[in-house]
Amino acid sequence: MKILNILNKLNLESTDTKRFNKAASRRDLFKLFGETGKTIAAAAVPVALVSLASKKANAYVALQGPLEDVLNFALTLEYLEAEFYTLGLNASGLIPNGDATQIFQQISKHENAHVTFLQDTISSLGTTPVSKPTFDFTAGGTFDAFGDYATFLALSQAFEDTGVRAYKGGAASLMSNDAVLTAALQIHSVEARHASEVRRLRGLKGWITQDQRGTGMPAQTQAVYDGEQNTTHGGVNATTVTSIGSDGLTEAFDEPLDMQSVLNIANLFIVP
Amino acid sequence: MTKPKLIKAGGQGMPHPLYASRRRFLAYAGFTVAGTTLLLSSCKDDDDDDDDPLAVNLGSGDVGILNYAYALEQLEAAFYTQVVATPYSGISSMESQIMNDLKNHEVAHRDFLKAALGSNAIQDLQVNFSSIDFNSRSSVLGAAKTFEDLGVAAYNGAGKLLQSADYLLIAGKIVSVEARHAAAIRSILDSSAQSFAGDDVVTASNGLDRAMVPADVLQAAADYLTTELNGSNLPQ
Repeated sequence: MKILNILNKLNLESTDTKRFNKAASRRDLFKLFGETGKTIAAAAVPVALVSLASKKANAYVALQGPLEDVLNFALTLEYLEAEFYTLGLNASGLIPNGDATQIFQQISKHENAHVTFLQDTISSLGTTPVSKPTFDFTAGGTFDAFGDYATFLALSQAFEDTGVRAYKGGAASLMSNDAVLTAALQIHSVEARHASEVRRLRGLKGWITQDQRGTGMPAQTQAVYDGEQNTTHGGVNATTVTSIGSDGLTEAFDEPLDMQSVLNIANLFIVP
Repeated sequence: MTKPKLIKAGGQGMPHPLYASRRRFLAYAGFTVAGTTLLLSSCKDDDDDDDDPLAVNLGSGDVGILNYAYALEQLEAAFYTQVVATPYSGISSMESQIMNDLKNHEVAHRDFLKAALGSNAIQDLQVNFSSIDFNSRSSVLGAAKTFEDLGVAAYNGAGKLLQSADYLLIAGKIVSVEARHAAAIRSILDSSAQSFAGDDVVTASNGLDRAMVPADVLQAAADYLTTELNGSNLPQ
């Protein structure tokens, strides 16, 4: 299956999900996604978190869909990252010798390993992994991705921070398979390690303050950071339970991205 | 409310294996500080922590996992609070900023989880940092690296134990920040430019970070806790 078909399919399901969020209970959603094995232990739920029935108030809800489709979507993001770093490392004179080259070699190694791992995982589930799309890292001539190091760094930050949000959003859809869920979490934290390092290489903090994309980031990357200023988690408004100020509080919690927002970002770099 | 007990080390940097049992560590460290809890628990001669009536029971189900996370966040928050209160000698302004940020994040995690757990929350834990020399950069950053990597592995391993997608999302919001911390600490501590996601913690062949089961995490954390934790009712 071509990735665009998957994307379109997920896109439609994203619409379905919105509808379900309005009309159906969480229990129905679990049923829909084959989560009957995961009983919702209502009795064991802490009081403060009981009322989570409606997620629709938060635009940045979890990315949801059938397990294989979510994995194929993740694979597409890994294809994007892997190719980006391969081309960057191959671009003569782009990445300075020394620490920077070593850093991107390590990141590149992981992204390529993630591609292989996800392909193998998807195959083991009896599904054919999506093929690699054709990427255009200039986004139609907007970015000099491999001719200008600052642009390369900025796109790297955007891709890594997007990866963190995408895996976070996708995790709930993987709950039917413990091994797959754990592996996805193990990739998720690696993306976060990458993001922290690239951000610090760019002179930023390793963590995201409010919804700030940070100095030097192109305006087109703002979608990667929209919603990161959220301070309500599981129905608990964190500003009311701690003395830590708003900046620190938003840094302390990373936010997921919904399917459509991830698609919008990825599609900038995918040739239709 | 009892404040976490912060014990400053003498500085001789007693080496100890990460996975050693707390009792064994206490036995050869032979320190004298601690409080009633430590004295009582160290007088006991049975080696099965799960049966210790003095241990704090984390509970079962999703509440147990959230309390498990809350315990780890209490540990990290107490650690960075001490680091910020008594910075190691020669700390740079950049490092000072990082320590202050990490303190804020871990305190925020701790306070949030406590509020989220409500009446199900475990008590405030007594910490034991006697193995850490807070005046030494390498000792402090080494401990920070241990705590952050342990936190990442703990959350990664706990995800599948949660029944609620909402709690999984909350855990996900926290673990990526712990991973950002781990990378930053490794970056300023270690000489290798690749340590932020080094081969010692991210498997080179598949690009996966570590995931640890609660029993192993609790055993590692026990080196830094006076309060004993009982995780025997946690999901497995």
